[in-house]
Amino acid sequence: MRGKSFTGRVFVFGDDIDTDAIIPARYLNSSDLDYLKLHCMEDADSEFSSKVRPGDIIVAGKNFGCGSSREHAPLAIKAAGVSCVIAESFARIFYRNAINIGLPILEVSLKDQVKDGDLLSVDLQKGLVSFNDREFQAQAFPKELMDIIEAGGLIAFVKKQMEAGEQDA
Amino acid sequence: MGKTLAEKILAIKSKRSDIKADDFVMAEVDLVLGNDITAPVAIKEFRRLAKNVFDKDKIVLVCDHFTPNKDIQAAEQVKFIREFAREYNLTHFYDVGDMGIEHCLIPEKGLALPGDLIIGADSHTCTYGALGAFSTGVGSTDMAAAMALGKAWFRVPHTIRFNFSGDSLKPFVTGKDLILYTIGQIGVDGARYKAMEFGGAIIDNLSIESRLTMANMAIEAGAKAGLFAADKKTVAYLQRAGKSAEEIYPDKNASYYKVYDFDASSIEPQVAFPHLPENARSVSEAKGIKIDQVVLGSCTNGRIEDLRQAAEILKGKKVHQDVRMIVIPGTQRIYLQAIEEGLMQVFIEAGAAVSTPTCGPCLGGHMGILASHEVALSTTNRNFVGRMGHPQSAVYLTGPYVAAASAIKGEITHPKEVL
Repeated sequence: MRGKSFTGRVFVFGDDIDTDAIIPARYLNSSDLDYLKLHCMEDADSEFSSKVRPGDIIVAGKNFGCGSSREHAPLAIKAAGVSCVIAESFARIFYRNAINIGLPILEVSLKDQVKDGDLLSVDLQKGLVSFNDREFQAQAFPKELMDIIEAGGLIAFVKKQMEAGEQDA
Repeated sequence: MGKTLAEKILAIKSKRSDIKADDFVMAEVDLVLGNDITAPVAIKEFRRLAKNVFDKDKIVLVCDHFTPNKDIQAAEQVKFIREFAREYNLTHFYDVGDMGIEHCLIPEKGLALPGDLIIGADSHTCTYGALGAFSTGVGSTDMAAAMALGKAWFRVPHTIRFNFSGDSLKPFVTGKDLILYTIGQIGVDGARYKAMEFGGAIIDNLSIESRLTMANMAIEAGAKAGLFAADKKTVAYLQRAGKSAEEIYPDKNASYYKVYDFDASSIEPQVAFPHLPENARSVSEAKGIKIDQVVLGSCTNGRIEDLRQAAEILKGKKVHQDVRMIVIPGTQRIYLQAIEEGLMQVFIEAGAAVSTPTCGPCLGGHMGILASHEVALSTTNRNFVGRMGHPQSAVYLTGPYVAAASAIKGEITHPKEVL
């Protein structure tokens, strides 16, 4: 799996962070990643894009990414250099999109345990988050989704399947 | 064991009669949908994957969000889709002049049928559950893979059943009020990963337009789909679109994750306060809140019944001098029908602005953006922070009757107070 283990600074957000807050629709007239990343999380924290550094981690409450299906939301987060989004729960379409584009996500309740700037260690393979000598175990992904995650996203996964299909034929 | 509507459709489309909630299935899709925001990303991904689309008749591209093009970048996005549609000779490409808001247009054209499995790169794709289709929003990459394969992965959802009982609805209560009330009861993640299934005597008597409004907002409770049985009304509605369809019902012994029983006869017209749709309250609790703008339209409430309801209130009256009212019919056909029925005359004489179909202001795209500290009352579906413009603006959600009455008064008002 890509990313494996890493340590990153935390940005904490609340419950029900919607995709309009992650990337407002006024910027959806483009899907250019260098443009989208400049406006990442803008309506939740207008200074996020100037503060975020590669490897940083977003920690949020329940229902992260609710609202629109815009894949621009996980794309903007990934383009901003965020290494992982950790939330108590994810809205369904965001969850699917993040896996499809290869943005690491973990489902574990951490929002009230950490504050902005804390350093978290993440082991994606084990779904384990460490902070101040405490460990938090994220929900395991079902095998069907793990296959897509390990392929690096849906397009790579489907390509691999198509190639395997051709070899079988 | 009996099946819910969601299980029934996914079983047929995955050719696996034994499926149950939480199973993963690969299923054939009947329709793949995208719009001018999501399709460009999907097309780029599609090109990495395949040289041919699975079926040129089953991909629908609707240019509805930033159209008529709001700026040069938006124009480039639509141009990119248009060229793709031409290259692959797609049957269902809808551009300015014959487009409509996708979730108004597709039911009107009879492209979503009972028992169909539909995915769309637009979260409100759940709208077609009103017609007995299993229909769900996905992202652009899922759309890309489905355009190539004609298939998609699904985790079979648990189903929450909502029974609406009672003899009749109170005056001015519509499907919009029922769904706002429901989201208010269960919260914006109350049906996360689940299918919602609506039924009961009130639903049996509800118009298809109101059902479309309700299914449309299933996503605002986090749901994967919002399903209604396809009954005689559904079949008759689709006949008008030139399609023959069969009735479909959940099994009587279907197993539900949870069942809610609501006495619909006691539900008042609803208003959802900023900044979540779950903040639904009776209109009386919102009484007197000053508004700067009213929007009537969107994939939620841009159908002919919605325009009729608003016109019924506005006829012979004027929009308040401090309010800008924007009316957006959902499709060209709805627009024309509204003209023929005299509704457009009512709106224009009342001082409302009428627009060509577009998603425009609903998502803060164009055609009615809010300034800081402005307040809108809108028949749309979301009232998130900054949804219709400035991050310091506010949106209240409601149905057409309350929207029209409030436009007259300049503040949120029960419709009975302007009659």
